[in-house]
Amino acid sequence: MLKPIINAKDAVKHVEDGAVIMFGGFLNAAETLVDALVEANVKNLTIISNDTCYENTGVGKLIKNKQVKKAITCHIGTNPETQRQMNAGELEVEIVPMGTLVEKVRAGGTGLGGVLTPTGLGTKIAERKQIIEVNGQSFIVEPALKADIAFIQASICDKKGNLFHKGTTRNWNPIMAMAAETVIVETDSLVEVGHLDPETVHTPNIFIDYIVCKEGSKIS
Amino acid sequence: MTLNSREVIASRVAKELHDGDLVNLGIGLPTLVANFIPDEIEIILQSENGMIGMGRSPEEGFEDPDLFNAGGQPVTVKQGGAFFDSSLSLGIIRGGHVDLTVLGALEVDQHGNLASWSIPGVFSPGVGGSMDLVVGAKKVIVATAHTNKSGASKILKQCKLPLTAAGKVNVIVTELAVFEVKEDGLYLKELQPGVTLAEVKDKTEAEFTISKQLLAEIQV
Repeated sequence: MLKPIINAKDAVKHVEDGAVIMFGGFLNAAETLVDALVEANVKNLTIISNDTCYENTGVGKLIKNKQVKKAITCHIGTNPETQRQMNAGELEVEIVPMGTLVEKVRAGGTGLGGVLTPTGLGTKIAERKQIIEVNGQSFIVEPALKADIAFIQASICDKKGNLFHKGTTRNWNPIMAMAAETVIVETDSLVEVGHLDPETVHTPNIFIDYIVCKEGSKIS
Repeated sequence: MTLNSREVIASRVAKELHDGDLVNLGIGLPTLVANFIPDEIEIILQSENGMIGMGRSPEEGFEDPDLFNAGGQPVTVKQGGAFFDSSLSLGIIRGGHVDLTVLGALEVDQHGNLASWSIPGVFSPGVGGSMDLVVGAKKVIVATAHTNKSGASKILKQCKLPLTAAGKVNVIVTELAVFEVKEDGLYLKELQPGVTLAEVKDKTEAEFTISKQLLAEIQV
């Protein structure tokens, strides 16, 4: 089945006030979709992402525009505005170690209730969390995470929604593609079915609901 | 070549590397270690955002926007390198496959506790992959200035800031000295060139034992 190719403005109509959104990327996000989200001005969002980008890029734009109620992330050091809003009590920030966050998302997408991790034991991260012992070792119980919608990124997408992520851009994209009700990919390049060798597909098409072409992307 | 204090630290840390080690260098001072890797050994650098075999910075004009390190800086990939998603990347880290990690510190103490991610209300970048690194790496080296900007010791009896991990640091390298954290406490192993024992004692809050070897060297 070919996937609907839609524009960013229509894509963000799937985001309601109060939605939980995952953003694939590492110090970046699907920029065309973020711009449309800023335009749509939906509020009270909970965002799940590696970081909060920079003040004027990626999800940083949503934070600057006061659209985010809560950020679940591992790093906010590149965005002073996130820290300002957090310290002022305007934005709730839940810091989760990177490896824990990605496994919570993976658990959400793969039918697991959560994961057991030693990361964070003896630190603030473990406060108010269930600790259990397995095989004589202590672990923090970290419940799975799911989202209403995921905005992920691809370098190449075919019209069925098979994805290839170049270089270090694979990051969170294949994991988040499994953990959301609706998944929209923003791609650098769109190709016909058959042009992407199955051997090179990083994210299989079955997870993708809609395709959006990045502004200035190549369509072949 | 005269080294500045950061380079003194980085060049000393580089002596802890062994041929074939898989190494993750934290952002900031630890990144400098890469400049001092001896020519006769091969180190595999890992980056949290999803690669092993990370190479040097590209020459100007040859940057690839899809190839960057965990700090968002453009890098290159060496022959034989590989890219992967965030789950695999942090799995490599947490799973004990990284031989050595080098991290900076706000505070480190004689019990091997590390605080590197938050000064509540002042500076809160978050944890990124650091909590996974200190838990999972076979050897954890803290590379830090011996004192903070106001001249107070960063090597304490007990960390006061929120911890990154409890009891996981193995070696501390500063511009003044090299310490090893053992079961029974902190050992002063080396003085950096030109540094006296009196200066280290004066600038270190933590209690430490002078290693037998160093004691012998000082008394010669």
